[in-house]
Amino acid sequence: MDAVRTHGHAHHDDHAHHPGGIMRWVMTTNHKDIGTMYLWFSFAMLLVGGTMAFVIRAELFQPGLQIVTPEFFNQMTTLHGLIMVFGAIMPAFVGFANWQIPMMIGAPDMAFPRMNNWSFWLLPPAALLLIISLFVPGGGPAAGWTMYVPLATQMGPGMDFSIFAVHLLGMSSIMGSINIITTILNLRAPGMTLMKMPMFCWTWLITAYLLIAVMPVLAGAVTMILTDRHFGTAFFNAAGGGDPVLYQHIFWFFGHPEVYIIAIPAFGVISQVIPAFSRKPLFGYTSMVYATASIAILSFIVWAHHMYTVGMPVTGQLYFMYATMLIAVPTGVKVFNWVATMWKGSLTFETPMLFAIGFLFLFTLGGFSGLVLSLAAVDVQVHDTYYVVAHFHYVMVAGALFSAFAGVYFWLPKWTGRMYDETLGKWHFWLTIIFFNVTFFVQHFLGLAGMPRRVPDYALQFTEFNVISSIGAFGFGVSQLLLPYIVIKAIRSGEKAPQRPWEGAETLEWTHLPSPPPYHSFQTPPVVK
Amino acid sequence: MRHTLLATWAGSVLLAGFSGLASAAYELNMQAPASKVAQDVYDLHVLMMWIIVVIFVGVFAVMFYSVFAHRKSKGHQAVQFHENATVELVWTIIPLIILILMAWPATKVLLSLRDTSNPDLTIKVTGYQWKWGYDYLRGEGEGIRFVSALATPRDQIQGTAPKGENYLLEVDNPVVVPVDKKIRILTTGNDVIHSWWVPALGIKQDAIPGFVRDTWFKADRLGTFRGQCTELCGKDHGFMPVVVEVVSADKYSAWVGEQKKKMAAQADDPNKTWTLEESKARGAKVYAANCVACHQANGQGVKGAFPALDGSKVMNGPKDGLINVVLNGKPGTAMAAFGKQLSDTELAAVITHARNSWGNKTGEAIQPAEVRSQRK
Repeated sequence: MDAVRTHGHAHHDDHAHHPGGIMRWVMTTNHKDIGTMYLWFSFAMLLVGGTMAFVIRAELFQPGLQIVTPEFFNQMTTLHGLIMVFGAIMPAFVGFANWQIPMMIGAPDMAFPRMNNWSFWLLPPAALLLIISLFVPGGGPAAGWTMYVPLATQMGPGMDFSIFAVHLLGMSSIMGSINIITTILNLRAPGMTLMKMPMFCWTWLITAYLLIAVMPVLAGAVTMILTDRHFGTAFFNAAGGGDPVLYQHIFWFFGHPEVYIIAIPAFGVISQVIPAFSRKPLFGYTSMVYATASIAILSFIVWAHHMYTVGMPVTGQLYFMYATMLIAVPTGVKVFNWVATMWKGSLTFETPMLFAIGFLFLFTLGGFSGLVLSLAAVDVQVHDTYYVVAHFHYVMVAGALFSAFAGVYFWLPKWTGRMYDETLGKWHFWLTIIFFNVTFFVQHFLGLAGMPRRVPDYALQFTEFNVISSIGAFGFGVSQLLLPYIVIKAIRSGEKAPQRPWEGAETLEWTHLPSPPPYHSFQTPPVVK
Repeated sequence: MRHTLLATWAGSVLLAGFSGLASAAYELNMQAPASKVAQDVYDLHVLMMWIIVVIFVGVFAVMFYSVFAHRKSKGHQAVQFHENATVELVWTIIPLIILILMAWPATKVLLSLRDTSNPDLTIKVTGYQWKWGYDYLRGEGEGIRFVSALATPRDQIQGTAPKGENYLLEVDNPVVVPVDKKIRILTTGNDVIHSWWVPALGIKQDAIPGFVRDTWFKADRLGTFRGQCTELCGKDHGFMPVVVEVVSADKYSAWVGEQKKKMAAQADDPNKTWTLEESKARGAKVYAANCVACHQANGQGVKGAFPALDGSKVMNGPKDGLINVVLNGKPGTAMAAFGKQLSDTELAAVITHARNSWGNKTGEAIQPAEVRSQRK
């Protein structure tokens, strides 16, 4: 227990090595400071992307064009996608990784603290590039977050801004991944074998490998768009011997693993939260590790299920259909394991657990609509419709975002040393889950009935569900303002948190470190038996 | 008195609410199929939904039972069991078996969806920003070609006129096909990728520039079936519907005869010399159908996105360069190559129109022969 430091001692440590004021944040190499910055950055982006979603849903509230022009509408859908995926969800989980991995494996900090600083500080310029693109001639990119060519080749300079933003985000992700892999492989406390690591660390180890494998692929794809646009190449231009569909293959070779880059750390958070509030270890730790790894490997060989309508050979469609259906097996194993962990536990329902159960229920629903989409013949009908929009919001919002919320409420007492307001947390959960379903459940029906996605206006038979969806979206958006209020209220005036506020939490940060933890988490590694 | 007023008011609100509900389209499933393939897809989807509902209810019945029964507040003590290889194996193998059973019907439907062999009629569909071109390539009606664009008036979209029944799903020239005949659709794109979709017929196929893809349908009932472009293709992606009219064999033959006559009447003599007024009048129509979406009716364009034609240097400059831009488009911008869509006469007319409208006054009619000489 020699790694446990008194709070006073830690406080002294806080001010010993770093500049004060704004420079503390600019120069910091501390994993906690960087984790905090990642999380606030991600929340800021959530608000920016959310505002864009407001514009989209406001325009779709009624048929006809009322608020924005079709050009601007397309810019909103494009930037909403890019900002939410690359600005909000991915950085949120890197924030968790920064805070949690060193504390969970018994390390003082990340392996490469200065690179850590650099990988965070690449994000704000990238976000600025995306936002500034709205104000250049021709406006922001409007070819969808997938940036399909030749449409992307037609765009104004706003497209180049997003290409450079993607380059920066990619560099940031790759450096972050190198850091995470090195930290996990080298800085574990004595006795902590890989198979004793908390599930969250496992999921990030796997995710980091995915990132390193696919971010360069995306960078390559957008660079080819860039040279097609400006330097006369014809990678994707049929008139010059290229192939527009090649871009889609390259993009989705990145894009499908990307889905799991977002989902797998979310699985990790859930795998910490559910056992803690069930007061019972994860039912099948070993099979969870294997299931996660299988999902990661399968994610590389299913990409063309996003492209069932491009006219690939029927044998290709059959292969991608079977491979995609196979993903349901390891995903099912995960869901069954979580349910088995809750079974005969001693359950309590604090906010993190509520969000985890919300995740489990709704992510599975998103998984099932994914199974429907995997069937090529059905997908041909619902491809590029609101059914797909509903599906991926169940996975991205009810999956990844709910998991991030669960993680914030779960670890907030550790990070800040203060408890959050449980009543307000529960309000946040119930408002979020109700409005989420009001917004997105009806979109399944819209898609089935034939409403295409990415349209600023629609035929009259889609009116009712669009009205419902828009009302839900406004409610959902406004409810999210509760989160910063709850967090700031906890930091300012929350009750002092004990070292281990959650009875069932068993990982090192709860058993060995005070709340809040010292600046350099473990100066002497704990011994894990 | 007050009460009756209130009652009348409440009654009418209620009534309005009910009639609103009655007329509202809370459509929960796919559109009613109009072909065998669409019916197969519909049935496959329904079957999958039932399998999913059963699994979903099963899994979450267990979870919610646990949520209600195994609470700490009820004094439930955690039972510390974990790791069981047999259980893990069971819940790996059972889903695998279910998936294999699902894959069988899914494969069958997919194979029939992709079988485009032996068509009775072949139609090439070309996606343009933002309308569809149709060429009847083989079978009865061979040689018919036309362009099909949104017929919904602009003021309905802007909200200054009440919206019609088929708002956004109506076109000037629908595709007409005979019932119970296998129609093969070839798709291609002129500028960016589009996607040709008719939900009731069960098909959707991307239209990719530089490539030709195919799909097919055989409508099994008469009717008008409506769909839309489903691949984001720029500004007016939401405004390029597809309308297919399925008619009886006799009616189809009559339609073919009518189209052929119309085409013969419309054919322009390519060697005719046009006067400025004639050419301008013809060009105004071409402009309204092809150019107005971007360059606007007043020729001012959209600032930052689509250049103004009124007072433009290119527009009032040498005609050869201008003809070249209109014929071949401007790479890297939304300016399409209209050479493939419009005839020499139409191109000459629209250029004449633009060079002699608003503030532009070149005072000269471009002749079809001048356009022809620039085609490569």
